[in-house]
Amino acid sequence: MSIDSEVDHDTVPPANKGLLAVAGVLLALPMLALLWVSSYSRKDPVLWGFPFFIWYQFLWVFLCSAMTYTAYRLVLRARPHRPMTGTQREGHTR
Amino acid sequence: MSTLVPAATGTGGVNGVALTVLILLFALVTGMGFWATRWRRADSMESLDEWGLGGRRFGTWVTWFLLGGDLYTAYTFVAVPAAMFALGAVSGFFAVPYTIVLYPIIFIFMARLWSVSHRHGYVTPADFVKGRYGSRGLALAVSITGILATMPYIALQLVGIQAVLEVSGVGGSNALAKDLPLFIAFALLAAYTYSSGLRAPAVIAFVKDALIYLVIIVAVIYLPSKVGGWDHVFSAAEAKMAKTSPVTGKPTGAFIPNTQQYWAYATLAFGSALALFMYPHSITATLSSSSRNTIRRNASILPAYSFVLGLLALLGWVAIAAGTKPIGLDGKPNAQLVIPQLFEDMFPSWFAGVAFAAVAIGALVPAAIMSIAAANTFTRNIYRDWIKPDATHAQEAKIGKLVSLLVKAFALVFVLTLDKQNAINFQLLGGIWILQTFPAIVFGLYTRWFHRWALLAGWAVGMVYGTITAYNVINPATKGHFGGSLDMIPTIGKMGYIGMTAFVINLVIAAVLSFVLNAMKVDAGHDETIKGDYFADAGDPRVEKNVSLDARLTTGTP
Repeated sequence: MSIDSEVDHDTVPPANKGLLAVAGVLLALPMLALLWVSSYSRKDPVLWGFPFFIWYQFLWVFLCSAMTYTAYRLVLRARPHRPMTGTQREGHTR
Repeated sequence: MSTLVPAATGTGGVNGVALTVLILLFALVTGMGFWATRWRRADSMESLDEWGLGGRRFGTWVTWFLLGGDLYTAYTFVAVPAAMFALGAVSGFFAVPYTIVLYPIIFIFMARLWSVSHRHGYVTPADFVKGRYGSRGLALAVSITGILATMPYIALQLVGIQAVLEVSGVGGSNALAKDLPLFIAFALLAAYTYSSGLRAPAVIAFVKDALIYLVIIVAVIYLPSKVGGWDHVFSAAEAKMAKTSPVTGKPTGAFIPNTQQYWAYATLAFGSALALFMYPHSITATLSSSSRNTIRRNASILPAYSFVLGLLALLGWVAIAAGTKPIGLDGKPNAQLVIPQLFEDMFPSWFAGVAFAAVAIGALVPAAIMSIAAANTFTRNIYRDWIKPDATHAQEAKIGKLVSLLVKAFALVFVLTLDKQNAINFQLLGGIWILQTFPAIVFGLYTRWFHRWALLAGWAVGMVYGTITAYNVINPATKGHFGGSLDMIPTIGKMGYIGMTAFVINLVIAAVLSFVLNAMKVDAGHDETIKGDYFADAGDPRVEKNVSLDARLTTGTP
């Protein structure tokens, strides 16, 4: 009898809540930054001819990418996969 | 600076070279499509398994290309730049924050949807809703909404194809010839999907992507320098947007959103982002990835597309600097023609033809995929569940093909009856509807607290509110209904995206009624999922086999 067979799969697999919270913050930041329109709806400073309004949003493309990737690494570490092997009950299915 | 710009001319008759290149590329791609069907027929099940709606095993990069293909449609190429050209940043540039915040959002919930769908063999959002809430009624609401909301999105693609044909000179000014490009676009799309199913667009998708990237790269590097640099582009746009519009008596549009427009900009971006991955075609595309975490890894590289989308949006302002005059064959200005017209004015004829083909094929492929996804939803969740549970595969395939035609016919009705001057509004109208399925699907991934009847009631009120409010928006120029997607947000008193307002109303009703119904212990329905299902990954029991949707449904082969 392996340990697996005693796992109740109708539970949430264990996770490092702290890491998950950090990932959550990283994912929330781009949303908050871009929804806060008044923080960037201006023309100056102009960069290579681009108004601030335009280049600031382009900048967030890269920041968002970096933050999402970091969140991805964190989530992988925070909740290792719990294989659904063993003779667990198959849900509420009839 | 403006002396650098050659005087732009109207559409002015047929552009022979461009039209020839367009037709040649189109014929090539169509030939490929039919060839792909024949070539793959012997092992049709397997080929669909590789691409279609079925058990695809795509890793990060292939999924990246596929999703990118979904994003680059006539929306990106025609509608967004046209909105930038005609109305400015609030109506057009919101697409950039929209496609940025999109990825953190799908990062959060898509992995759960992937896991539970693969454990239980769900391939449409309605499948999940039915399994989770044990409610055929709620599943029906979700599938009807999916089909309905897809129609204006397909309509937008038709407008894109029509714009290209019109600029290259197909059509005429009399009543009969005026809509000719549109009917040609429709006929092409219909013939294409009906005969070839999903396999042909799948093969063509790669050609389509190659053509599109070529055109995008050339356009964003070459065009701005040709009209006098980005400095000039932005000053020309600022000048145009500040000018008083003769129709409304207000400034033409927004160069940068003003204090009255913050809510509009933010709600348009956020609402569109929440809506996109509720469409049947985008959900099936993401479920096709090879593991639970592929979509998350993707979410961190997909924003690269948003950057290019932003540059494409700015082409609308490049056209302002270039003095592009998008005049239709009926002699009236039509902003939707602005990008094809800009290409025709600025590129050598042969490359204009390549660019036209990229736009047209780039609209045709997603439109085909969308109409097939809608037809699948109908066949699985309405025909099989409600009308004929014991239908044979052949019958289901026949229904699927017919419905895919019907969906496109309704899309044509949208184009003919709504104001196509502002085609981006089609996508926003679809968003108003599809957003109302968000609570049932996404909240359902986390909790069963919401009661099925409360979700249904919230959906119904959101749909009615959204539709009536959108209907009452009058276009100042044409006096037509469904003239825009912004309306006063109650209690905030600023203009905002109707879809978001309807979504919040939907949510409040669902929460209040859930509280009441749960307190009254009304039957909440049977939930066939367990908590562990939401974390399952490739390799777990039942995860491998059950992704595949009926191949026959999508190919139409008996």
